[in-house]
Amino acid sequence: MIATIASFITAAIIQGIPLLYGSLGEIITEKSGNLNLGIPGIMYVGGISGIIGGYIYEKSVEAPNPILCIIISLAASLAGSALMSLIYAFLTQTLKANQNVTGLALTTFGVGIGNFFGGSLLKLFNESGSISLLETGKAYKTVLPFASKLGLFGETFLSFGFLAYSAIIIAIITSFILNKTRTGLNLRAIGENPATADAAGINVNKYKYLSTVFGGMIAGLGGLYFVMDYTAGAWTNNGFGDRGWLAIAIVIFALWKPKSAIFSSFIFGGLYIICVYIPGLSSSAKEIIKMLPYIVTILVLIFISAKNKKEHQPPQSLGLTYFREER
Amino acid sequence: MEAPAIELRNISKSFGYITANKNINLTVNKGEILSLLGENGSGKTTLMNMISGIYYPDAGQIFIDGKEVVIKTPKDAFDYRIGMIHQHFKLVDIFSAAENIVLGLRNEKFNIKQSTAQIKKISEQYGFDIDPSKKIYEMSVSEKQTVEIIKVLYRGADILILDEPTAVLTPQETEKLFAVLRRMKEDGKSIIIITHKLHEVLSISDKVAVLRKGEYIGTVNTAETNESELTEMMVGKKISLNIDRSEPVDPQDRLVINKLNCINSDGLKVLDNVSFTAKSGEILGVAGIAGSGQKELLEAIAGLQKLESGEIIYNNPKTNSSDNLRDKTPLQIRELGVRLSFVPEDRLGMGLVGNMDIVDNMMLRSYKKGKSVFLERKKPRTLAEKVVSDLEVSTPGIETPVRRLSGGNVQKVLVGREIAAAPTVLMAAYPVRGLDINSSYLIYNLLNEQKEKGVAVIFVGEDLDVLIELCDKIVVMSSGSVSGIVDARTSTKEEIGFLMTKKAEGGNSNE
Amino acid sequence: MNNPKEKIHEPLFHIVKRSKDALPLWKSWLIRAIAIVFSLLVCSVIIVLLTNQNPLEVFGALLKGSFGSERKFWNMLQNLAMLLCISLAITPAFKMKFWNLGAEGQVLIGSLCSMVLMFTVGDKIPNLVLILAMLAASILGGIIWGLIPAVFKAKWNTNESLFTLMMNYIAIQLVSFAIMVWVPSGSSVMGLVNSSTKAGWIPDIFGQKYLFNIIVVAALTVFMFVYLKSSKHGYEISVVGESENTAKYIGINVKKVIIRTMILSGAICGLAGFLLVAGTNHTISKDLAGGNGFTAIMVSWLAKFNPFVMVITSFLIAFLQRGAGEIATNFNLNTSIADILTGIIIFFIIGSEFFINYQIKTKAKKEDK
Repeated sequence: MIATIASFITAAIIQGIPLLYGSLGEIITEKSGNLNLGIPGIMYVGGISGIIGGYIYEKSVEAPNPILCIIISLAASLAGSALMSLIYAFLTQTLKANQNVTGLALTTFGVGIGNFFGGSLLKLFNESGSISLLETGKAYKTVLPFASKLGLFGETFLSFGFLAYSAIIIAIITSFILNKTRTGLNLRAIGENPATADAAGINVNKYKYLSTVFGGMIAGLGGLYFVMDYTAGAWTNNGFGDRGWLAIAIVIFALWKPKSAIFSSFIFGGLYIICVYIPGLSSSAKEIIKMLPYIVTILVLIFISAKNKKEHQPPQSLGLTYFREER
Repeated sequence: MEAPAIELRNISKSFGYITANKNINLTVNKGEILSLLGENGSGKTTLMNMISGIYYPDAGQIFIDGKEVVIKTPKDAFDYRIGMIHQHFKLVDIFSAAENIVLGLRNEKFNIKQSTAQIKKISEQYGFDIDPSKKIYEMSVSEKQTVEIIKVLYRGADILILDEPTAVLTPQETEKLFAVLRRMKEDGKSIIIITHKLHEVLSISDKVAVLRKGEYIGTVNTAETNESELTEMMVGKKISLNIDRSEPVDPQDRLVINKLNCINSDGLKVLDNVSFTAKSGEILGVAGIAGSGQKELLEAIAGLQKLESGEIIYNNPKTNSSDNLRDKTPLQIRELGVRLSFVPEDRLGMGLVGNMDIVDNMMLRSYKKGKSVFLERKKPRTLAEKVVSDLEVSTPGIETPVRRLSGGNVQKVLVGREIAAAPTVLMAAYPVRGLDINSSYLIYNLLNEQKEKGVAVIFVGEDLDVLIELCDKIVVMSSGSVSGIVDARTSTKEEIGFLMTKKAEGGNSNE
Repeated sequence: MNNPKEKIHEPLFHIVKRSKDALPLWKSWLIRAIAIVFSLLVCSVIIVLLTNQNPLEVFGALLKGSFGSERKFWNMLQNLAMLLCISLAITPAFKMKFWNLGAEGQVLIGSLCSMVLMFTVGDKIPNLVLILAMLAASILGGIIWGLIPAVFKAKWNTNESLFTLMMNYIAIQLVSFAIMVWVPSGSSVMGLVNSSTKAGWIPDIFGQKYLFNIIVVAALTVFMFVYLKSSKHGYEISVVGESENTAKYIGINVKKVIIRTMILSGAICGLAGFLLVAGTNHTISKDLAGGNGFTAIMVSWLAKFNPFVMVITSFLIAFLQRGAGEIATNFNLNTSIADILTGIIIFFIIGSEFFINYQIKTKAKKEDK
């Protein structure tokens, strides 16, 4: 029984990590007032860019160095998601396009890129079969050497690749920056009231660009974790599924707080797979349980709007284009 | 002699063809409080915005401590130790006072604890009573104002500009604010305060500078002046406009307003026991400094504003019945058979839909008529054509979105539609604001026509000359209450100006 | 003078919103046309880079996807019709500035309702009754799915875009659940339902399977155009969307309009679900709506909510997706290339709106003393 619970917790955390990255990225972006619905697409691109980088490296050398495997694929992933979020930032900030339409188009575009290269990468290099980056996947899955020696505790909490821990560290750092630094204060002010921030001498445009791009890069790591660690370097089209939207749901569930996002992600990750751990569950009942995260999110959404408590609201200017028409 | 803290020489600024400021001179010494007095639209705020870096002057010079300076952004103003407290606060609601105060600062480390200590120090120095960790949304208006003042002091301002700071304060809070200002003055700071209230001017300031219609009238020492001299400087000599005014024919009580009280979303009392009667065949003027409750009054009558108490009795000339319009929606008011037309202050944001063409705007009020599910555009089209030709609206066509028309033409479209509904009560808020002379006279004539048809016209205006020549009676409002009702034929500008700036004594002070 | 602050760089240009001097209509459409041409250029460069083929050949394949054969043409029309149908559904809500991102879910629920009847009572009642019942059930399902977020929006101003987004995934799970119940084998793929009896299948018209759908959507296009342009409801939607203040000023009950409009929006989504099940696929899967619920938002937005222009924008997207599919099979690439191309074209068009709505003014040099 305890072993089952332990393995469930492990699985929930593994499922939760990509969600955590996605929701952290979206929180950072939304804090500046940008509702980036392109995050699901960015996560696909983050994943496939890592795969492409790793693939090219593994192909070009005889014996791939694990460290270089990680560095190259990580850099490729970050660059891919940064480019994606730059498209969003350019269209919504500089060209003042509607955020919802831009975001949805970005998701279509990003999922398309992911699946296209996922399905055609080998063909483009005149190879056949399916993508599987053994070395890079192995490098990402490297765990602390002493984890298995610590018994159940070690296996449950210390048996993850480095990207899992970095997600939690990034969450804590994000929380610190948002709440304890001037940068965070300025960013939050922009999301709440860009005109006031502007009058206080804050460069609204710069902050919105940077937070959108950083947010996108962090979200992209969720895609990278999924393809490198979870599936160990293999790509299946649409394998990432709707996790990107679940990440956006977590932002609401966590009330835009990075630290709450950690546990929310693990809860949602757990709900994603709990059906496997409940014995005797029919396959149809499993589908009902998978519905839970969304229902819970809607309930939270209704609750915060009914309560109307100021601290729990989305950033006030979320989704709105700021234009300093007159001064 | 020490150079003045700030000196303006021949400052001018125009927006398009409207001159907001013309050759203004102003001097404030260290440790001095200057009141800037003037009616609405006299250019006070524009002038102050040029000192604080929001606008840039077209001509003229600014001297700080005797040296000429250029102020292009709010940051420049901060660098010259100038701070302005705007009428509309620029604060982030969910932040604490301390967070708002340090927002955007770059020259110090971010440390809320230290900042809090610094804020406490400033508070003690000047006698503020503020909790730096309190959130803005939990604060009263006066607390928010305190945060704004501390924000300016925190940045080290030596010259403080306050734009109508007492408009939102109770008399007690005003007293407290003045005590703080006096302490700052003793500290050697220079203060410019914009206000309309004469008694405040006399009690707080050392000097008074008066602007009228963008022009500089003069500066007097407070000790050597009195209310009547200031009023005369502010409103000027009477100018004859030659607006035709007929005698009211058979006036009857059409709309009886009885003890209206209203509290707005900020918790401020915006209507305080307001009572008056609007008669048929008369133009009733409403005078007052902007924000004295005129907007809420008209919106309350139109069914757009919730009231705490009071009655709005409409005497229907057709059925001879009387209805209370209070708490009725615009639709319910129309269903009662009340023909109430309303030209709101915000023409494109409320009275019209900017992106719709003239035809579609004509049917805003009437589109629901008839049982058909479809719109009937024939009549609105005829009406649009009629309004365009009768009121000489200059437009490429009746299918042009009204957003593309000029201000005067937008107003003609709006007034034309409201009059076309054959109202028994016509309310117009600042109907000639921003209009040229010809359009203005056209609007006056339209109102007069309505009056002669027996309509009860309520005209909210800001130009006292117009009010005196156009209206039959004038209700003067001050801080949400009626400070007097005068006969427009016998009253003078000075009398109305005095009533407008009269201190609210709570309750009604009718005659 | 003696102040270093004096030399502040004024920006070379600044941006102003066009209001009074808005561009004439033809100019704004010219800008959009130029944007489309540019985007097609970018697309072809990408395709040529990926395939190493002659650009003309690639364009040939793009055309063939929709016009290569009669069957391909009808398939394209069918895709166009379904995309247009969903776009028409969300348009009144969007015009009201209600961000209904839940069309995908509303369509799926509509399909599910149809399928429940088709599956359970398919062989027990006459076909016409069955089809009518399916239609009613689908519309009802769509209405419920659209109504829930609308009610909360009206009551507590609950954020509708996030709400409707979440409703999509509940609908997806409900469909998955139903499939699991109906296909216990665990393959989780539902085959054609009633393939022998064809109960609940809309019959072919003039031998054309998709003609019924196309006629319905064509009628709906006209209806929606008239509804928005000439009905009192449509007028109220415009006023609420443009300015809630004006709506209140003339006595429109804003909450009522929000709810009524979302009922309509949901109902048409439900209808689309019915057409997908009864008229097209005769089966159900969670991908039945195929992302059209989201693509529709772009179709409607690009067409400025004009139903007739939406025929063009949805053609553009259906044509592109078909053509990209053709390119993918011809040159042995993945079909997702279609999504990439769609994305690029939309980026260009929404980017071009900036040049229609804003004006870039260069600062005239100021004479300094």
